[in-house]
Amino acid sequence: MSETTRLSAGVKPYAELGYWDPTYEPKDTDVLAVFRLVPQEGVDPIEAAAAVAGESSTATWTVIWTDLLTAYERYQARSYKVEPVPGTDQYLAYIAYNLDLFEEGSIANLVSSIAGNVFGFKAVKALRLEDMHLPLPYVMTFQGPPHGIVMERELLNKFGRPLLGATIKPKLGLSPRSYGRMIYEALRGGLDFTKDDENTNSQPFNRWRDRFLYAMEAVHKAMAETGEVKGHYVNVTAATMEDIYERAEFAKELGSVIVMIDLTVGFSAIQSMAKWARKNGVLLHLHRAMHSTFTRQKTHGISFRVLAKWMRLAGADHMHAGTVVGKLEGDAYLTKGYYTVLRESSYKADPTLGLYFDQDYGAMPGVMPVASGGLHVGHIPTLVHYFGDDSVLQFGGGTIGHPMGIAAGATANRVALEASIKARNEGRDLLREGQEILEQAARFSPELRTALETWGDVRFDFKPTDAPDFVEPQA
Amino acid sequence: MGNFVLRHGTFSYLPPLTDEEIKKQIAYALANSWAVNIEFTYDPHPRNVYWEMWKIPFFDAKDSDAILAELEACRRAHPDAYIRINAYDRSYGKQTTRLTFLAQRPKEERGFTLERTIGPGFTQRYAVRPAE
Repeated sequence: MSETTRLSAGVKPYAELGYWDPTYEPKDTDVLAVFRLVPQEGVDPIEAAAAVAGESSTATWTVIWTDLLTAYERYQARSYKVEPVPGTDQYLAYIAYNLDLFEEGSIANLVSSIAGNVFGFKAVKALRLEDMHLPLPYVMTFQGPPHGIVMERELLNKFGRPLLGATIKPKLGLSPRSYGRMIYEALRGGLDFTKDDENTNSQPFNRWRDRFLYAMEAVHKAMAETGEVKGHYVNVTAATMEDIYERAEFAKELGSVIVMIDLTVGFSAIQSMAKWARKNGVLLHLHRAMHSTFTRQKTHGISFRVLAKWMRLAGADHMHAGTVVGKLEGDAYLTKGYYTVLRESSYKADPTLGLYFDQDYGAMPGVMPVASGGLHVGHIPTLVHYFGDDSVLQFGGGTIGHPMGIAAGATANRVALEASIKARNEGRDLLREGQEILEQAARFSPELRTALETWGDVRFDFKPTDAPDFVEPQA
Repeated sequence: MGNFVLRHGTFSYLPPLTDEEIKKQIAYALANSWAVNIEFTYDPHPRNVYWEMWKIPFFDAKDSDAILAELEACRRAHPDAYIRINAYDRSYGKQTTRLTFLAQRPKEERGFTLERTIGPGFTQRYAVRPAE
């Protein structure tokens, strides 16, 4: 208590003010959050948890008499459980919020409430929002994905396997005409989608309007050549909402089935585009550009599973969610947890997947998770094993770098995917027999044979910075 | 379009499935309690969703042999059509097709042509039409 007083002189402890209540039983309609917190030296973890509850709801740094003009018991968030994480200086603090504290259908309001000020709070050395439970009545105030997984499949007429994509590389420097050539080659070779990269917006060497024209020429030419629907995620990320709408409208007029935005446009712009995408019958792809600045570190920031849940409510049809096997950060179990958050109608808490709470989305459709970053054909059996059918597997370098050309690279990926799905359906074990299944398919596919010879041995075996921990309740 | 190969369904970059392989995929669908049906078309346009149904879905099928016999009958009646086998999942949250693959291609695949209508500002409108 004395240290707390030093940190905030003359202030009543939050715990005493009602922000800590170990007897509280969360209501079905409460919003729940679990924070991983590291208290400052000498600060009682319960007081730190109460402070987080207070600062993310009604409290300010000092006692104010105007509290007495409100039914404050209803508006106060309550920390109801604090558990130490064994072998660390961390604690898990569970906090319940009354539904009245949140505006309907606004991610911006939710984030400003839960993560507005507390992360800079002096009483905690570090703070991470690990997970949230959002009650169904609150979930139902959000539009959610413009189309969702099932509708996307029906629109594209593609079933029974993950979708295949590739990001056009190099992401900067190509002229629109060269860029379109790569789209055409990748799509005619067998990919379903190609993609602008997150920072492919409207630079001097590749203005958005020109890029869209060549991209749509490539998409339609490949569609006629193969007889299947094709798409290119045209990135409509721009400086203002007006610019974003203008680019999206142009893409739609040219016949694009999908547009793309980056997380960097902001939560409200994402919600605006989700409405636009549903109204206009265009799929919406969301790139999580910038997320690692706050999702990666174990003790400070916001877990990706929370961001994924927010973005499902905000409304995206696709969202990047990690690969397990590629070049980017991601523990296998936690990544599976992210896929659960994005895809399932409802799920139970599962500590092995990093899921702290149950969640029910009602009839809100799922988001197609996108696995992208350092993938090649050799990864396909493992990816299918972990993620099943409902994902987009993106191969950038793993398509474009094929020695026989981009179309051959695309064909290699498609053959490997179809062979894996066929083998799985026949009852074969993809983890154990993956290599053999690909070798067998390579006998009739020179494209796959060459791909396996080129990339068969490339691995990215780094230890993830974030992994699940098992926590014993405090006695 | 001499060497056109229609890319359609879950498997279209593999060698044509043998009847033995088709049976295994049907068995997988039945094991998942998916309803299997057979459809055919002479118009495989990428946006042609509704192929002709060969009877109604085989909701009561217990094994793949009966469905393979239906496939054989469909092939005899339409030797030059595209034929596909679909598996439909009625479970909540899905209520959609879970697997669909070609079980016959015509001997000559016609393919498509891309028609362009030039618009202002270098824009074009595209139409995919069956090749002559």
